[in-house]
Amino acid sequence: MPDALRDHAVDNLRYIRETMERASAFTSIPGWGGFVIGLTALFTTVIAEPMTAWNPRRWLAVWLLEAAVAAAIGGLTMWRKGVRAGTPFTTSAARRFFISYFAPLIAGAILTVAIVRGGTVAPLPSVWLLLYGVAFVSSGAFSIRVIPAMGVCFMLFGAAAAFVPLAVGNLLLGAAFGGLHIIFGLIIARNYGG
Amino acid sequence: MAAKTAAKRVVVETPIPDFDRLIHEKTRLAIVSALAVNSTLTFNELKAILKTTDGNVSVHTRKLEEANYLSCKKSFEGRMPRTEYSLTAAGRRALQRYLDHMEALINNVRTG
Repeated sequence: MPDALRDHAVDNLRYIRETMERASAFTSIPGWGGFVIGLTALFTTVIAEPMTAWNPRRWLAVWLLEAAVAAAIGGLTMWRKGVRAGTPFTTSAARRFFISYFAPLIAGAILTVAIVRGGTVAPLPSVWLLLYGVAFVSSGAFSIRVIPAMGVCFMLFGAAAAFVPLAVGNLLLGAAFGGLHIIFGLIIARNYGG
Repeated sequence: MAAKTAAKRVVVETPIPDFDRLIHEKTRLAIVSALAVNSTLTFNELKAILKTTDGNVSVHTRKLEEANYLSCKKSFEGRMPRTEYSLTAAGRRALQRYLDHMEALINNVRTG
């Protein structure tokens, strides 16, 4: 009987904690969407690689197109996961998640324009990876636990990309946008409902 | 007879704290817990977090309102009615008391 009472109290405390976590976290992160984004990024890496030497502007255009495709896949799969799970996109947790996520990405877009106007594209892989990582580290505070870890991995690739030529930076983009999205996409899909 | 005596002894040795029956009910406990980590939640947000029906949310929020654990603000968003709930100071204290009671229960049994 005392064990049953203790178990009941432990269950109640766990229930409270889980409810609080669910109420304060934005959970509609699309694992399968991330997986598909990873595949498209790997494809982009392969076709962009030769352009690093003979036409960096075209290399930039290919990656910007990939960003648009990835945003479409991510947005669509996030919306579908949210609708399926009945998770609203208007909670304060969702708002905090999106503000924290988009602020570094907007900074990245502005820096991209400034860097390209300066006549170079070489720093872009590092800038993109670092700020994309920051977006996940900061927004991860309002989401599932694996998101900040993914952000840190992107930042590590970004730090490495800061000290290499564009051709290697392109490969690091592929390893991170491709490999990390595939790995973490599968983790999220398996453990967080798709 | 022996079983009855044993049961009686357990009750004496491990007194159950006098916890708040109003928020002990699962749905109401979830409503209070969700509002403890959000300054406000709308009716629909609560429904999604609790994964329950309109009627269920309605019944339980009303009970919590009557106990002054929740405050409710009704407004319109365009033509759609919007009901927003927040936890009152009394509600926050009630949740804290409930958590303390659960902890005490665990500790009593552990040391009993």
